[in-house]
Amino acid sequence: MKALAALVCGLMFGAGLALSGMTDTAKVLGFLDIFGDWMPDLAFVMGGAVAVTAIAFTLVLRRRTPIFAQAFSLPQARAIDGRLMIGSALFGTGWGLYGYCPGPGLTALIYGHTGTLAFVVSMFAGMWLASRWLQGRAS
Amino acid sequence: MVNQFLAPLAGGLLIGLSAVMLLLLVGRIAGISGIAWSAVSGAADNAWRWLFLLGLIGGGALYHWISGTPAPAPNPAGWPLAAAAGLVVGIGVRLGNGCTSGHGVCGLGFHSLRSLAATATFMTTGIITVFILRHVLGGGS
Repeated sequence: MKALAALVCGLMFGAGLALSGMTDTAKVLGFLDIFGDWMPDLAFVMGGAVAVTAIAFTLVLRRRTPIFAQAFSLPQARAIDGRLMIGSALFGTGWGLYGYCPGPGLTALIYGHTGTLAFVVSMFAGMWLASRWLQGRAS
Repeated sequence: MVNQFLAPLAGGLLIGLSAVMLLLLVGRIAGISGIAWSAVSGAADNAWRWLFLLGLIGGGALYHWISGTPAPAPNPAGWPLAAAAGLVVGIGVRLGNGCTSGHGVCGLGFHSLRSLAATATFMTTGIITVFILRHVLGGGS
């Protein structure tokens, strides 16, 4: 049931991304172009999504456990440190370079564009590089 | 004008609902970069992650198929820029522990200051990057 629930959630997430316009790099870059011919449309995507999570997450966490798993698995980190800021700054730079963040990049694979495939393959390579670097630093 | 904002809003609500359901049913955060990396790096208890990712890709296909909306045009920038962007995104989301979904949609939903700092930062550098590409260099996509 847990896996089936995850599949349904993924379908909703992917459909939401495609419906919202997040899988269209022209719209994403137009949204980030606030000093040019700004396209404010995509502000409603984050706005709509956060409106739902900000209200409903609190209600969900009143439960002791999730429905199909033993326990909630939530991020514990609270620190606003250099690693968070540098990572987020890099991520935003890559997002602005081409117009995809990870979710829309994956969903857009079905369009069969060569650029999207290059983006996704490189993204996993970047994740691998950063993970190796983090492991090397930790040991 | 209404339609122009209605689709993004409806899509955003659907994304938010998906994140709420994943938390309620599976007990997990719908952070795409974290789910994708854990899936490919062979984390324990991985079946739900692969099925979520399968859904993420299938959901887009399902939307276009049902609605009859054509796929968006490919980004006119070539694959080398796409590859460079992907590399920077991949490094960034690992160092920063999250992307638009984990820090934006979910982190802000938890009223997390850490996620607010991350979201403000990646929005800012995204805007700066587009500004430089379009208005300083004059090229870009």
